[in-house]
Amino acid sequence: MSVYSTNEFKAGVKIMLDGDPCNIIENEFVKPGKGQAFNRVRLRNLKTGRVLERTFKSGETFEGADVTDANMQYLYFDGEHWHFMQPESFEQYTVGEAALGDAKIWLKEQDTCIVTLYNGQPIGVTPPNFVVLKITETDPGIRGDTSGGGGKPATLETGAVVRVPLFVQPGELIKVDTRTGEYVSRVKE
Amino acid sequence: MSHALKSNIGLLAERAKILHKIRQFFSEQNTLEVETPLLASASITDPYLNPLSLIYDKQTYYLQTSPEYAMKRLLCAGSGSIYQICKAFRNDEKGRIHEPEFTMLEWYMVDFNYEDIINQTDQLLRYVLGCKPAQRFSYQELFIKYAGFDPLEISDDYLLDVTFNSKIEPNLDGVVIVYDYPASQAALSKSRGKVCDRFEVYINGIELANGYHELTDPKEHRIRFENDLKKRKELGYPLLPIDENFMSALEVGLPDCAGVALGVDRLVMAALKKNQISDAVALVVT
Repeated sequence: MSVYSTNEFKAGVKIMLDGDPCNIIENEFVKPGKGQAFNRVRLRNLKTGRVLERTFKSGETFEGADVTDANMQYLYFDGEHWHFMQPESFEQYTVGEAALGDAKIWLKEQDTCIVTLYNGQPIGVTPPNFVVLKITETDPGIRGDTSGGGGKPATLETGAVVRVPLFVQPGELIKVDTRTGEYVSRVKE
Repeated sequence: MSHALKSNIGLLAERAKILHKIRQFFSEQNTLEVETPLLASASITDPYLNPLSLIYDKQTYYLQTSPEYAMKRLLCAGSGSIYQICKAFRNDEKGRIHEPEFTMLEWYMVDFNYEDIINQTDQLLRYVLGCKPAQRFSYQELFIKYAGFDPLEISDDYLLDVTFNSKIEPNLDGVVIVYDYPASQAALSKSRGKVCDRFEVYINGIELANGYHELTDPKEHRIRFENDLKKRKELGYPLLPIDENFMSALEVGLPDCAGVALGVDRLVMAALKKNQISDAVALVVT
């Protein structure tokens, strides 16, 4: 396994920290006038998703984390686990609730997601940036009101709740940005 | 983008104007521009500076980390007040505001005391940048205000540096002079009990310059160098020989003087409102 020194730190480098794989988000080299240099680093713990800020003395080394991202198709939920498949190899992966995290509310069968593997095991799922989902429940639309002002909550087929404009009707398909959880547009079937 | 394309005419003209203003300022103060060698057979003992070295005629030479010792040798030889704009090199220093090769302005004023040199540094910045007079705070008062503790009661310099960076630097707006550093961070400035005659200039939280009322006593120099080497040994860093040419010059006598080292690329960054040092130079190394 590779070893990284703080000199090689940059966004995207994945290291082991306190036993967990972490992805470097930001790295700043600091050299005080007369003191020892250090690196201020923002990292995301890939297991918990939590963002941490740490300071390391420059020159410290860390074991690289065996973390890869793979595009996989979401197949189905069996009541306990979520099943994904690597389209080239047809290899299937089972993901538990903890690893799935917030992605849960955006998953629609057949959609392609990014599954993060650590030592070959799924530890995270990133849904597509945009998903198209059906509205299962919302107040009846006010036709002609395209002002976009105000808005109302709508429950989607996956259970996600997003704010939609007043004119949107139950049963319609809408496009949502999963990174912000915001409504983008209506989609024609 | 290729490096050749990174240069731009606007930047070159702005840099040239800043260099010209610096020279004009010192010329008006009857301070002599000098040049000293970039290569020397000895480097520094500072535990936290890493020199770059090369071999010439089977002997190791070091690229200077600053022109301090060479310029002080000129002062010992009777040069009077001097300044220099030159390149300095530091290994393992690369980042948003660091390049391993950078341009340094260093100057020494004979018969200047601590207050004189702080005032002059402030004047220089106003002259070059057209900025307002610097705000001045002691190192201790900044810690008490922003970190909630007295730094002069703490002996861990690393902790102080990390705290200064995270708690204090983000609060330093515009030009700020921080004075009276802890004696443990005196480097080659005169010390006075718990503090020393050392100050730093910050522009929008970025360190720009470092100045001292200079230590002149050769015995105290040797004590500090030997302490540096002890620290290097503890940390497992390579031991660099003490510069004996510099030591002999100090025996002849360094006149009472005060001096400052200032990062010119960071000064250009501030003048042009750039966010990183690589945007303040025409071409970068890598």
